[in-house]
Amino acid sequence: MSALSRHRAFLLGLMGTATLAAGPALAADPIKVGVLEDQSGDFAAATLGKVHAIQLATEEINKAGGIAGRPIELVLYDTQSDNTRYQEFMRRVLQRDKVDVVFAGFSSASREAYRPIVNQLDGLAFYNNQYEGGVCDANMVVTGAVPEQQFSTLIPWMMETYGKNVYTIAADYNFGQISAEWVRNIVKEKGGNMVGEEFIPLGVSQFSQTIQNIQRAKPDFVVTLLVGAAQASYYEQAASANMRLPMASSVNVGQGYEHKRFTPPSLANMHVTTNYIEEVDTPASKNFLAKFKAKFPDEPYVNQEAANSYIALNLYKQMVERAGGSTKRNDLRKVLAQGDVCFDGPSGKVCLDPKSQHMSHTIYLAKVTDKHAIEFPKVWEDIKPYWLGEAGCDLTKKDPSAQYTPSNPPPKS
Amino acid sequence: MDVLGAVAASLFQFGDTFAFLVLSASGLAIIFGMMGVINLAHGEFIMCGAYVTVLASRAGLPLPAAILAGALAAGLAGMVVERLVVRHLYSRPLDTIVATWGISLIASQGTLILMGSTMQGVGTPLGSLEVGGYHYSGYRLVLIAVALALLLALYLFFNRTRFGVLARATIQVPHMAEALGVDTRRVYSLTFGLGAALAGLTGGLYAPTMTMVPTMGATFIVEAFVTVVVGGADVFLGTAPAAAVLGVVKAGLTAGYGQLFGQIGLLVAVIGFIRMLPKGISGFILRERA
Repeated sequence: MSALSRHRAFLLGLMGTATLAAGPALAADPIKVGVLEDQSGDFAAATLGKVHAIQLATEEINKAGGIAGRPIELVLYDTQSDNTRYQEFMRRVLQRDKVDVVFAGFSSASREAYRPIVNQLDGLAFYNNQYEGGVCDANMVVTGAVPEQQFSTLIPWMMETYGKNVYTIAADYNFGQISAEWVRNIVKEKGGNMVGEEFIPLGVSQFSQTIQNIQRAKPDFVVTLLVGAAQASYYEQAASANMRLPMASSVNVGQGYEHKRFTPPSLANMHVTTNYIEEVDTPASKNFLAKFKAKFPDEPYVNQEAANSYIALNLYKQMVERAGGSTKRNDLRKVLAQGDVCFDGPSGKVCLDPKSQHMSHTIYLAKVTDKHAIEFPKVWEDIKPYWLGEAGCDLTKKDPSAQYTPSNPPPKS
Repeated sequence: MDVLGAVAASLFQFGDTFAFLVLSASGLAIIFGMMGVINLAHGEFIMCGAYVTVLASRAGLPLPAAILAGALAAGLAGMVVERLVVRHLYSRPLDTIVATWGISLIASQGTLILMGSTMQGVGTPLGSLEVGGYHYSGYRLVLIAVALALLLALYLFFNRTRFGVLARATIQVPHMAEALGVDTRRVYSLTFGLGAALAGLTGGLYAPTMTMVPTMGATFIVEAFVTVVVGGADVFLGTAPAAAVLGVVKAGLTAGYGQLFGQIGLLVAVIGFIRMLPKGISGFILRERA
């Protein structure tokens, strides 16, 4: 039965364009929001919730009268976890569907695939995903958490709690490589020791050799920056080889809800810094979760990307309304430049930073217990996305449309 | 680090890779290697076996029985696919590629729609054991043993049983077999079903160690095809040595230079093999023997 109703929810999702625009009678032209997310393929488990969150926010906003009196119309495409689909559909939503704004992307590879197209066609895209940081691009607004929010909190805490010998395993593409660089820098800065670092190609599902390498290096904890369903097989295999080392990550639990999907205790002792997960025990979070489950009763989990997508649409609404109903990018960025575009949402109060167009977050340290329940040993409030601004990215003055890393910072002019 | 521990570690890594290659390839060795059907839905038969195994195990069946149920379900699915689609395309190998690719897309998308994007697994049984300072998963040692047993069983099946001989005869010279009274349609159907069942068995065996997603079959498919291509047409004489050679290459490079080089090495080795032995290892062995 649950399979059937999920089936129905999925179909409804595909038909969302038509159904969601209905609502109270609104005479004005709709505001079109393009949604390019992976509804199938390797990443779908983590990203279906983003689509649902956008549909939930759309329904709420439309019921309350829309954005500046105009209803939201969603233009949904399934990008199938495939970078070329992102490019194809990004052109389509900007050129043929002529959407006002696009919400797009899960993997960093997909974001870097579509970003040049957004630049070329001068669109506005929200990237509602945690990532490796560093995108300094006036066409992009990023609501996901970045390394200075996730690693500058997590890694020092782990080193104080468990010890200074660190082993990183990371997915072998821009996200994993740059995140691993952040971890390496922080470990070094805090006087720790990288006893190993390994990059795993996407799609790899067999980890015997990696597990053996880690056993040989004897770290105090393992940083796991694995991405996608295939790589997630690591945890089960490590547990069955009796690894039992503390683990730290910026992507697990908060994104792929592995603690719900895997049999305990394969994910026990995992530590994740996330800006939202459904276990967050605040009234705002519980309210959001209840609304989500009322609309999508079969949703397996409400993750941080779902919360960020929901927040993003509400921030967009605020920006358009403060710009007097204009959806032009420059008008919206003038509002953003005032530095007080904030929203009190499921994860607490968040604000957009004008220099980098990234978002501040409350960061929760989620620890997975032996029975796969979640504890929060620590919460950091109002962590700003400070790195880009400090490194010299200032979108209010200049738009380099580039991605920077700690080893490749913005040029000093 | 003592020598014994290091040797045990290398042996385990080789055995683990060998088992993965053998089990990935066993079903395909029959369907592609022997029957010549380029079956791009091989990964989906594996996925089918894995899903049925997990569902059966959660319904209360003990894991070995659940794995057999998975194999059986995949075998039945294979026979249905053979009857409806593949049977009409035996003389059109290129069309089979398109047809089985279509089946593969329908199966993985259908599973996504019906079962959702992910499913909770069953957890790896049997705990771990320690040799020379390393912990090993007991279940993965079982996988190695099963791979060896399966190779032996396939050899005996195709060389010592009546059906095995009929199957080889049917596939080599179908009209002659038919003239001698063999029901070739039934033989084709059962042989294809056996290949699909072996794929399902692989899925069931690996289900406790992997994430359950509709696309999980894709992680087997490259290894399956390269092993069969390197091995050639004979199920036993091809798959076993091909998996052994590729296992050494892959495990060795992975241990020395990491997963990326393990994969690159595997593919480079395959290119080398099909350049030098176009009929695969079994073609080479059988020609020498003749």
